[in-house]
Amino acid sequence: MSADNQLTRTQRGDLRIIAAMIVPASDEYKVPGADDAAIQADMLATLGRDTKLVAAALDHLARLAGAPLAELDAARREAVAQEFRKSGGAAAATLARVVLQCYYRDDRVLRSLGIELRPPFPKGHVLPDGDWSLLDPVKARGGSMRQIP
Amino acid sequence: MKDPVDVLIIGAGASGAAVAWSLAETKMHILCLEQGGWMNPAEYPSAGRDWEAKFYGEWSSSPNVRGRPEDYPVNDDNSPIKVVNYNAVGGSTVMYTAHWPRLHPSDFKVKTLDGVADDWPIDYDALTPFFEENDRIMGTSGLSGDPLSPLTHPPMPQQPMGLSGAIIGKAMNKLGWHWWPSDTTVATMDYEGRARCINLGHCTPACAQGAKSSTDITYWPQAIRAGVELRTHCRVREITTDENGMASGVVYYDKDGVEQFQPAHVVIIACNGVGTPRLLLNSASSRFPNGLANSSGLVGKNLMFHPYAQIYGYVKEPTDSNRAPPTCLWSKQWYDTDLARGFVRGFGVQFVRGAGPVFEAVVSEQKDILPWGEDHHRVFRKLNGHRLGFSAICEDLPEEHNRVTLDPGLKDSHGIPAPKISYTISENSQKMMDYALARGREILETAGATDICVNSPIPWGGWHLLGTARMGTDPERSVVNEWGRTHDVKNLFIVDGSIFVTSGGVNPTSTIQALALYIADQMKQRLANLFD
Repeated sequence: MSADNQLTRTQRGDLRIIAAMIVPASDEYKVPGADDAAIQADMLATLGRDTKLVAAALDHLARLAGAPLAELDAARREAVAQEFRKSGGAAAATLARVVLQCYYRDDRVLRSLGIELRPPFPKGHVLPDGDWSLLDPVKARGGSMRQIP
Repeated sequence: MKDPVDVLIIGAGASGAAVAWSLAETKMHILCLEQGGWMNPAEYPSAGRDWEAKFYGEWSSSPNVRGRPEDYPVNDDNSPIKVVNYNAVGGSTVMYTAHWPRLHPSDFKVKTLDGVADDWPIDYDALTPFFEENDRIMGTSGLSGDPLSPLTHPPMPQQPMGLSGAIIGKAMNKLGWHWWPSDTTVATMDYEGRARCINLGHCTPACAQGAKSSTDITYWPQAIRAGVELRTHCRVREITTDENGMASGVVYYDKDGVEQFQPAHVVIIACNGVGTPRLLLNSASSRFPNGLANSSGLVGKNLMFHPYAQIYGYVKEPTDSNRAPPTCLWSKQWYDTDLARGFVRGFGVQFVRGAGPVFEAVVSEQKDILPWGEDHHRVFRKLNGHRLGFSAICEDLPEEHNRVTLDPGLKDSHGIPAPKISYTISENSQKMMDYALARGREILETAGATDICVNSPIPWGGWHLLGTARMGTDPERSVVNEWGRTHDVKNLFIVDGSIFVTSGGVNPTSTIQALALYIADQMKQRLANLFD
């Protein structure tokens, strides 16, 4: 088990590779992979309370791989990733969540999804009021609450 | 030695705020001790770009995950439903969905109507004026005239239907089932100093706009102006008693962690269905060896959570995603008992508009509908912004084995024993949940949804903490009497959800606050002989 508050160089390398296996870059959608340097930097900078579980997940990954992921061929890497996802428990789930929460707040990714690059407050969002005549059948059907004798 | 106060309230959440506000007109010296602090809306998640990620850490609904000094740990290993709450001025009203149904009149008479559990010692009519007063102060929005729930008259119009509401409404109409815009405590217009909702979307973990009602921005400013003293970062360890068996005050830790004793003539507990039994059990003494106010042995027993049966799916049309308050419509189609369904009692439904991108990605990956690898992007774009949800709030009946006790080892940051939860879902509740999921699936499929996923129960869904110091006229079968005073200690009152006799099938905060106002009114009427 590595230190509580930081990842080792090997762990950082494995994190980069497993992140790209979760979310690879895509030319079609014009988005980086989760191994992108800025996204990786965000992950490492904001690991915080998740550091311990992510480190545990990476330790588990290392045990499954037997070597740094970068040294495995593609087929072996894929097999290790599948086993990791299956057997990694809460630690693997935390790692995947950390990858995804940093990926889906990256400006390039949000832009590709058509999401504005801003917090919800103070601008908020506009919502259509909707067609309240949809309630007419409910009103017409009527009904009543259960009566008390 | 501090000077005694007339009334000491423990907890500044939904019920503590309401009872403080109501009693303020007596001009008694009223002090409230709250273990949390005042909130700063500038620090709320929706004010930052990392708004979604915060829900997995410092803004988690679970006190065990948040782990702030204001929180106390809860051992809920023996429960499929985990306790969620918030500890601050405003309590869990800071972090709730603002869905605002109230118990129906029939909920107070379940023994009479269905032969299960117990009737309440009070009826709906006793609470009616307090529901109305509470709705005015909390500021509710909605549409009067619901045929299956014609009880409320919200002062503000309902939330917009939005994209999600229209899809749900059409599906419900096809099936011929009841639906209606939910009453909520989201301000849809400027109201009593609160700005109207601008659809920040992420409103469960606090509203940066102040449109969602929480008692730190509704009751408390008024109560403080009326003279109530609110002392924050003060955690009560125990309630003390005197030689006459009356509450004499409380021992608490102040903001510097220094132990203090505050004498009081009346003590009111407003700590929720887990915090209240924890405090009573931690207040055991030679006079009350089984815990304070526990001659019935029922303190901590009959915990009711409302198991949530949730089902959701994805439609082709865009939904409101995170661009609106999460709940917009309810259904009371299955609220009342119909034994042909295979269970007694029923459930309310709250429809859910959607989710933000991080939440969508994380949850869908965990549900294994969002793949790793090349296909990730295509599938994510199919899911994100297309989710519709159905949550059934199933009525939990009281069972003594569902209970809060003190954990023998776990303690909070002040060394006070933490609560331990033992809870199982009953056969009746499970049948109800399964039935609800089947109806939810019909609705979603009628709406054209695919990739349907289930959370039943919602594991981190223990919002509603009820029943652990139940109300009744028989001291052997209840902890407090019909006006909230403990049977055993005549100057000790409880005003939170722990006094519920049964849970109904709706979010309870509206009813909790109406009860707190009702109890305050009873106290005011009896001031001359309050301890008789």
